[in-house]
Amino acid sequence: MQMIRVGFIALVMLALAVVPVVANAIDEPFYVSLFTRMLVLAIAASSLNLVLGYGGMVSFGHAAYLGLGSYVVGIGFYHAANDGMDWALNGWMHLALAIIIPGLAALLIGAISLRTRGVYFIMITLAFSQMLYYFFIGLERYGGDDGLSLWYLSDFGSVMDLNDDSQLYYLAYGLLLLVLFILYRLVNSRFGMVVRGAKSNERRLMAVGFPTYRYRLVAFGISGAICGVAGFLMANQSEFVSTSEMHWVHSGDLIVMVVLGGMGTLFGPVLGAVGFLMLEQYLPELMEGVCHIIGGSSCGIAGEYWKMVFGPLLILIVLFARGGIDGLLQGKVGRNV
Amino acid sequence: MSEALTIEGLVKQFGGLTATDHLSLSVTKGEVHAVIGPNGAGKTTLIGQLTGEITPDAGTVRFAGRDVTGLAVHRRSMLGLARSFQITNVLADFTARANVALAVQAHQGHSFRFWRKAATDQRLIGPAEEHLATVGLADRAGVTASSLSHGEQRQLELAMALATRPAMLLLDEPMAGMGPEDSARMVEILKRLKGDLTILLVEHDMDAVFALADRITVLVYGRAIATGSPEQIRNDPDVRAAYLGEESADA
Ligand SMILES: Nc1ncnc2c1ncn2[C@@H]1O[C@H](COP(=O)(O)OP(=O)(O)OP(=O)(O)O)[C@@H](O)[C@H]1O
Ligand SMILES: [Mg+2]
Repeated sequence: MQMIRVGFIALVMLALAVVPVVANAIDEPFYVSLFTRMLVLAIAASSLNLVLGYGGMVSFGHAAYLGLGSYVVGIGFYHAANDGMDWALNGWMHLALAIIIPGLAALLIGAISLRTRGVYFIMITLAFSQMLYYFFIGLERYGGDDGLSLWYLSDFGSVMDLNDDSQLYYLAYGLLLLVLFILYRLVNSRFGMVVRGAKSNERRLMAVGFPTYRYRLVAFGISGAICGVAGFLMANQSEFVSTSEMHWVHSGDLIVMVVLGGMGTLFGPVLGAVGFLMLEQYLPELMEGVCHIIGGSSCGIAGEYWKMVFGPLLILIVLFARGGIDGLLQGKVGRNV
Repeated sequence: MSEALTIEGLVKQFGGLTATDHLSLSVTKGEVHAVIGPNGAGKTTLIGQLTGEITPDAGTVRFAGRDVTGLAVHRRSMLGLARSFQITNVLADFTARANVALAVQAHQGHSFRFWRKAATDQRLIGPAEEHLATVGLADRAGVTASSLSHGEQRQLELAMALATRPAMLLLDEPMAGMGPEDSARMVEILKRLKGDLTILLVEHDMDAVFALADRITVLVYGRAIATGSPEQIRNDPDVRAAYLGEESADA
């Protein structure tokens, strides 16, 4: 089973590596942007996995860090476009700030939220992210409700050009690999053992002498920082920044991706993000197709009701395969964790 | 003789129930001090207040010459106070080795070490395996804690407490739920630890108590009704009436 799992994951990562080449060869550039989104959400889901999967902290507000990261790009663009501050487009600065600001925000939010447990923790993280959501809606200057269309993307000078979809794709792919490598080291380090131990049995960890709060908090901050990177990429991919990315629904989507792919495994969130976006993309067409095959009429409408299948389908996968897709690959079926 | 632990006027109430009732008690360095008493006497509540998980309503706890009454759980652990739990409380999805390695790690400085792999770190694994050997689990190191037998999990509890290199052990019914064989093995292990460590032993198994204890305190309704040598306790009429009953005669 381990062979199948490793093989499958390697295949997915390899397939992701050649997406722009294939898409350009078959003249379907649309795939590049679809798969860039997958990579971006894979990074965001991986960041959530650090706290949710490894740390047992059910953050229902990670869209906030995604949004903060993308607003770094948006606000930089705004000042470059309107105030002639060209330096505000500097890509390295965007990337750095998209790590630092969401990271600090997560530390702040975590400092308060992590004093609570269970449902309270979920609700508080949700409340903070909604606060940020409404804060940005109130920021008329940066587009408020309407968002900002980016005519210029983050500027990396001669190093790379993000207007080139392939280059943006490979930046996202490289960053995903980097994030996965960092997470791999992190969760297996002494720090990672404390965070995972606190998920398993926090009371025991305190009894042997760990001040668990501060370790969980730092994990939360790191998670927010990584999620900010995804936000930075998302802004450059969609060439648009808006509050909608910060909406709580997207926090829920990220949780679904982590659970769907497999919590607490390195590649689970990647599989989850790919699976989630594949379903979102192709389920409507599939349903329409099935409708035609069984000879239904007005099948266009069938495609529109895809969400009614999507939701229950996710629940089924999660219930049937408790370890998500990654669990399925390991042959874990049924109620074993 | 110096005192390792001194409790004065400790009170803990749960609603109308007084679980610890103006309890004063001292444990001498190096001794095994057993605390016995019927179910609900407040033994676990006492240990909780010693480790810091439960905040007393009144009274003080002094350990290693300092007042630790308001100190957080992890700080008391740092001072050398370790406990084992009455109901096995280990990291169920970690191997025995990883459980103990974490306890070792807790006492090797801070854990903001993000890069080196912990599972192959000899500074953790070496001591962890020694402590597993001490409790007789050397050949079970790689087994997930939840797959260990009940007796083995109790041994793991003890290994984790030992791994924090404590000055004093608070053992809450280490033999709970064990068969006679496992109990006898645990008594042997504790006998070997005796002397190096100060031990406060809560236990219902009277054979174990009389085999190990230097002094015994009898707790009833949160109050110490007697403290003394095993001989004194065995022959104390109040104790016999309140607790030991018939079974003590041949204990
Ligand atoms: N958190 C709590 N809330 C309310 N009552 C409690 C709490 N913890 C303990 N008690 C009560 O306090 C009393 C003492 O409980 P404790 O667990 O300390 O007894 P014990 O001596 O350890 O008993 P046992 O031998 O069964 O382990 C009991 O009556 C118990 O029901
Ligand atoms: Mg008890």
